[in-house]
This record gives sequence, structure tokens and C-alpha cells, in this order.
Amino acid sequence: MWSIEQIIGALNQWLQHTLGNVGAAIAAYILLGIFVILFFSVLGLVLVYMERKVSAWMQVRLGPNRVGPKGLLQTLADTLKLMSKEGLTPAGADRFLFNLAPVLMIVVSMLLLAPVAFARNVQIWDLNIGVLYVSAISSVSVLAVLIAGWSSNNKYSLLGAMRSGAQIVSYELSAGFAILTVAVLSGSLQVSQIIESQQTGWWIFRGHLPVWVATVVYLIAVTAETNRAPFDLAEAESELTAGFHTEYSGMKFALFFLAEYANVFIASAIGATLFLGGWMPLHIGNWEAFNRVMDWIPSSIWFLAKTFFLIFVIMWFRWTFPRLRIDQLLELEWKYLLPIGLVNLILATAIAVLGWHF
Amino acid sequence: MGPASLIVLIVSGVVFSTLAMWVARFLVRPAWNKQKGEPYECGVPTVGQTWIQYNVGYYLFALMFLIFEVELVFLFPWAVVASQMGFVALVEAIVFLFILFLGFLYAHRQGALKWM
Repeated sequence: MWSIEQIIGALNQWLQHTLGNVGAAIAAYILLGIFVILFFSVLGLVLVYMERKVSAWMQVRLGPNRVGPKGLLQTLADTLKLMSKEGLTPAGADRFLFNLAPVLMIVVSMLLLAPVAFARNVQIWDLNIGVLYVSAISSVSVLAVLIAGWSSNNKYSLLGAMRSGAQIVSYELSAGFAILTVAVLSGSLQVSQIIESQQTGWWIFRGHLPVWVATVVYLIAVTAETNRAPFDLAEAESELTAGFHTEYSGMKFALFFLAEYANVFIASAIGATLFLGGWMPLHIGNWEAFNRVMDWIPSSIWFLAKTFFLIFVIMWFRWTFPRLRIDQLLELEWKYLLPIGLVNLILATAIAVLGWHF
Repeated sequence: MGPASLIVLIVSGVVFSTLAMWVARFLVRPAWNKQKGEPYECGVPTVGQTWIQYNVGYYLFALMFLIFEVELVFLFPWAVVASQMGFVALVEAIVFLFILFLGFLYAHRQGALKWM
């Protein structure tokens, strides 16, 4: 049976056969670059379409259904429209920083792809501090937001950027504590080892209460970190027009939009890796036949299914909860989520030390 | 694929975003007038400067964040060895987190977490 691992192996062998060792390495890097660029483009198109269809479904509407079959080409048409729009720079703006911000945003989300395990043994770079790397790099995106808000020379943008800075910075702590909970249980920060440790069962099944709490805290924190509703104060359209990207138009706006969706994907992918076992198939005890059937499903399908389930949950939040006010938002983090995260980490450590997890 | 893949990712990110903006520039014939360059403020001309000193109101949260972020960084190496070290790790973490929690309570008492 085919798998992505085998395809990559065969491709690598063929490259080494035709180009030699050095040539194959260079070709592999070029292919990697082409792959991530294509992946980002497709990801943007798919997630925007999914967002619109999910929100339509939640509101008993049809959603996009005119362009292409079932409206599948709608987002492509939107992208073409955005490309044909003029990218304005306001007269008073800091031109260099104004153009730097979208580039920085995209670079940060591309860097976050490195430790994501797409399938069995398919990872761009399996570094030994994978989850620490994720939480370190993802905090750089706040710089892009602040640069965008500051350089626009617009009061809405500046206020939106400041709010967003406070918000991303605060919720990063809770996300960190949720990540630490799993790191304590699995005893590693390396993404591949965290997945290996879930061979007998995903952490959400094996870790009792602390992992459930960590999963909920992680989902809340990640929703806030990616600036999505109900935490989209940075771009609250009813008070700040569009927040930090008020002045952006055309392709620069599209890049911000794309980076937001890419961040949602990566956050869900990391969440699926930590709590739902990444590409690990669902196994139940000693049900041999059931486990055999689950093994037969390719690991990439498992990974994508879990990731898209979490993305769906994050989209679901948007149509369930009303937007918070900025003081409520900071209160939720500092007075509830952070103390809960601290206590939860100690509980998880106790369970890991006593060996109470399954 | 090793550390070099990070350079590839950075380069492809820069190439992707600059290419997108560059292609868009060729598709559009820009038409400039003075009103287009004004900052957007719902049709009203903006009053005064934007780049001024003002009270952010979140700066205390940023200071608190610094403390807790450093704490998180200390906890990451601990998390790797916690289950091997057993009870020592648990007690050490409780002591460490308790001291930080006292600091957190102090900040809370002083009103650092109150909205101004």
C-alpha cells in the first residue's frame, strides 16, 4: 500500500540516482520550497472555502454556490479579484515597515511548518525541541502585528495592534502551560517522540482530567492567539473597522488573511499532535480486527482528519460565543486560565510521577 | 531535513509574499489622488498626529508576561526529565510554582491586573 513516506523515499532515491548526492540535496531543498509555497496557496483556498461553508451551515444558509461546482472556485475568484486591486500605501505611512509586516507574517507562519508531522516519518525538520520551537516562533508574529499597526499611521490600526499585542502575549502563557502538560507526560519535547508516546492510546484518553483541562485551555488560548472570534478584538469591525490591517488593501491584505488561516492550521495541527496523537491511528486495547482496520487507513489521512476536526471546532466557536471586551479578555486569561494552568500542570506531574496514566 | 530547511522556509516565505505583491503591482494600473492617501477614519479628516505618546493601559500585563514567560522557559527542560526524576521533580516544581504564585498574588493585590 502506498504512503507519503514511501513516495518521498522513492523520489529521494531517484534524485540521488540521477543527480548524485549534492545535486539531490539541492533538488530536495528546491522541491521543499515549491511544496511549502503550493501548500500555503492551497491551504488558504481550502480554509476560506471551509470557513464560509461552515458558517453558512451554522446559520442555515447555502454559502458560496455560484462559481464552479458547489462554489468550489469561489475563493480562487476572490483571490484573482484581490490581485487586481490596487495596493494602497497611505501618504503618512512608514513605507518600509508597512511593506515588511505582511512578509514577516508569512515568513513566521512558514517557519512554523517545520516541526509539523504530516504523516509517519514525514516532517520537514524533526528538531529535538519541537514544541518549544513552536511556542517561540509563534510569538514573533506579534511583532508583525505591531509593525503593521504602527506603520499604518492610522489610529484604528494603532489601537488594534496594541490590543492584539496584549492579547497574544497573555494567551501565549496558557498555551505554553497546556503544551508543558503533555511534555511532562510524554517526557520529551520532540514532536516525533510525543507521537510515539501515544502508541497505546492518545493522551486525551490516557491522561485523565489534566489532559482534558489542558486540551480545553489550549483550544481557548490558540483561538485567542490567532485573533479569531470570540477573541478578535484586534480587528473588531464594529469598533475598530479592521484593527491593525485597516490600511492594507489588495494583495497585502490577502497575505495577512492567508497567514491567519495558516496559523489556525498550524495551531490545530500541533493540538492534534499533542492531545489526539498526530498521525497515530485509533487503537482500542486488544480489539485485533478493529486495530487492523484502523492501521489500514493511511497516517496522513489520520493527521488531516484530526487537524480539520480541530479547525472545525475553532470555526464553531466563532458562531457560538459573543465577542469579549478587552478587560474581560485579559481577566479571563490572568484570573482564570493561568491559575488553572498552573494547578493543572502540578496535577499532571503527579499523575506522571505516580504512573497513574494508562 | 535538518537546520538548512529553516533557511529554505524563510527564503520561500519571502519569495512567496514579495512575488504575490509584485505580480499584483503589474496587474493594476494605479490611480493616485490626495484623498486616497489619507488615513481611513470613516470619512472624517483625521485630527492631529498618530505617532504620539499615550497611555497604553496594558503595559503592566506585558511586565507580568515577562515574568511568567521566563518561568515557562525554565519549566521546559524540567518537563523533559520530570517523570524520570520522580518525586524530587514534583516537589521542586511545587516550590518553584508556589513562589511565583505568591508574586502573582502580590501583583493582583497591588491592582496590576485591574483594568485602568
